Amino acid sequence: MPKWGMAVDLDRCNGCGACVTACHAENNISTVGAEEAARGRAKHWIRVERYWEGDFPDVRLKFRPVMCQQCDNAPCEPVCPTYASHHTADGLNAQVYNRCIGTRYCANACPYNVRFFDFFNPSWEKPLHLQLNPDVSLREVGVMEKCTFCVQRIKGATIQAKADGRPLADGEIQPACAQACPAKALVFGDLDDPGSAVSRLSKSSRGSKLLDDLGTRPSVTYLERQS
Amino acid sequence: MNSEGRVRTDQRINSDLLRPLMQTSWRFYLLVAIFGGIVAAALIGWTSQVTRGFGITGIRWPVYWGFYVTSFVFWIGISHAGTLISAILRLVNAEWRRPVTRCAEVITVFALMIGAMFPIIHLGRPWLAFWLFPYPSERMIWPNFRSPLVWDFFAINTYLTGSTLFLFLPMIPDFAVVRDKSAGLRHRIYRVLALGWRGSPKQWHRLETAMQIMAIAIIPVAVSVHTIVSFDFSMAPVPMWQSTVFGPYFVAGAIFSGIAALLIAMAVLRRFLHLEEYLHPVHFENLGKLLLMMALLWGYFVFNERLVTYYGNRPGEMAVFWRTQRESFAPLYWTMVTCNFVLPLVLMGIRPFRTITSCVIASIGVVIGMWLERFLIIVPSLGHKYLPYSYGIYRPQPVEILIAGATFAAMTLLYVLFAKVVPIISIWELKAGEHVPSTLIPPATQEHPLGELHL
Repeated sequence: MPKWGMAVDLDRCNGCGACVTACHAENNISTVGAEEAARGRAKHWIRVERYWEGDFPDVRLKFRPVMCQQCDNAPCEPVCPTYASHHTADGLNAQVYNRCIGTRYCANACPYNVRFFDFFNPSWEKPLHLQLNPDVSLREVGVMEKCTFCVQRIKGATIQAKADGRPLADGEIQPACAQACPAKALVFGDLDDPGSAVSRLSKSSRGSKLLDDLGTRPSVTYLERQS
Repeated sequence: MNSEGRVRTDQRINSDLLRPLMQTSWRFYLLVAIFGGIVAAALIGWTSQVTRGFGITGIRWPVYWGFYVTSFVFWIGISHAGTLISAILRLVNAEWRRPVTRCAEVITVFALMIGAMFPIIHLGRPWLAFWLFPYPSERMIWPNFRSPLVWDFFAINTYLTGSTLFLFLPMIPDFAVVRDKSAGLRHRIYRVLALGWRGSPKQWHRLETAMQIMAIAIIPVAVSVHTIVSFDFSMAPVPMWQSTVFGPYFVAGAIFSGIAALLIAMAVLRRFLHLEEYLHPVHFENLGKLLLMMALLWGYFVFNERLVTYYGNRPGEMAVFWRTQRESFAPLYWTMVTCNFVLPLVLMGIRPFRTITSCVIASIGVVIGMWLERFLIIVPSLGHKYLPYSYGIYRPQPVEILIAGATFAAMTLLYVLFAKVVPIISIWELKAGEHVPSTLIPPATQEHPLGELHL
């Protein structure tokens, strides 16, 4: 059984936001409009956090893409009263939209704030409604949604490899964010395969976990900036 | 007291305490219309929240709990007035409890009913609320027993059942009084409610035993309920939530706000039902002292929580700490400290100030302060959770303000209606207090002198 993980090279991230756009397109994340977004209703399963260092004019900008960290010890899971938020065998924090009743407890427990609530039924500004992904279910009002590591792509590639009677190759599965990243800052793969790119990067001495001291044991490793 | 005098006292108690049931003035209908109207408006508000979408509230990323969960914790807290106070006062056989217990027990039941609505009101998909209940489904899916929200379900249901029984038991002899003094439909209804009460020594004995059992059983239940409500917060790795002090802190706060609610209810009842002869200044004085003690206890817990956080000096917690202590939430925080600590300490601590009026003022302060306390536990933490990029602010929207405010109208409405159908002061307990000095009340195992009462 694979253990899915990701490595994020902060040296490579230039904050372009392609990952955010790709994620919206791939996962049928509804757009809420400028007004609702200003009220904190935007749903970005992946976001690029910006932090400024130093005082003006001597400032430096740092970027950090943050998506669901797919924790092994996820605070969102035990608090869900209906098992909508639960752990899969391959180490993903799955969210079953149909089982969610919208207590929003998971989002409060999540230290990374990567869970998003559907405040209204989904809608898209034209012509975005023409590009919905048939592999991803839509979420109705009142449920929680979050980054899935593009579980539809993981399943699709796994089934295809099984049908072809071959093992999955490293790099065969790419979540939309990793695929869209022009600087190749996001690397996805199987952490249980010691030869995979993500395994090698995760062991880097530059590697660290986000809010490591909380003990959530994330599957995402950040490679700190050297410059 | 000679037997003639005794009968006269009994008749006076009966007529005084049954007056609200037998006579209805236009003021009653006006009260019901006003408070019923507010409750109806809140129902419309909630319906529009369900039909138009949860987005009409002020809930937002990352502050996913706001006024609704504040109201939930607040009302479950208020519910600790009754049962706990009345159970303790019964167990220690405090004579002055007699006119107080029922007012208090009613608060418990109604506050719990109101509080228990909020977990459903705040759901994204309230029509699926039954998934929180452990019912045998054909798909063999059970709720997640690790989730504090499921513990809430069990705790609140146990408490509601227990305190309803605890309220109902001592009402049985009073239902019998109403039954005997009424005719027609009212007689038939109260005949059912009185459960065939005849006032035989055996019945008195069983009632006393049952109440003794309930009084003992309800205390650990009450303590566990608010501890479990505090677990909703302390089980999540959120700064200033994950604290071992939350259990006792919440229970103390709950009893604190409960006493305040009881004092307000008693003062209002005394004034409007003209019960000056039954609710004496000494009752307010004694409850005022309890309020003072709980204010000190509350202050101790807050100081404890704050000091430990300050010395722990962890960045995530300190962000929330300063947000409440000095920054945007500071006005609310210091209002809370004033209302919950300074005000009761001054008004209840200095003897000449301890009048009925100042009891009410201090209690209103405590109710406001305790509501703020729950708000300040929930919102600042969620808005300042670790990563500064995802800090957020919360602004309640009209629908939340309406629903949270209407709960007070709902409480008043339920109270007014209850006082119309049940004597709000326990008639038989008062009579027992008039006739038998407390030192002469034999243990429940002996045949009870109450059996001879003329009811």
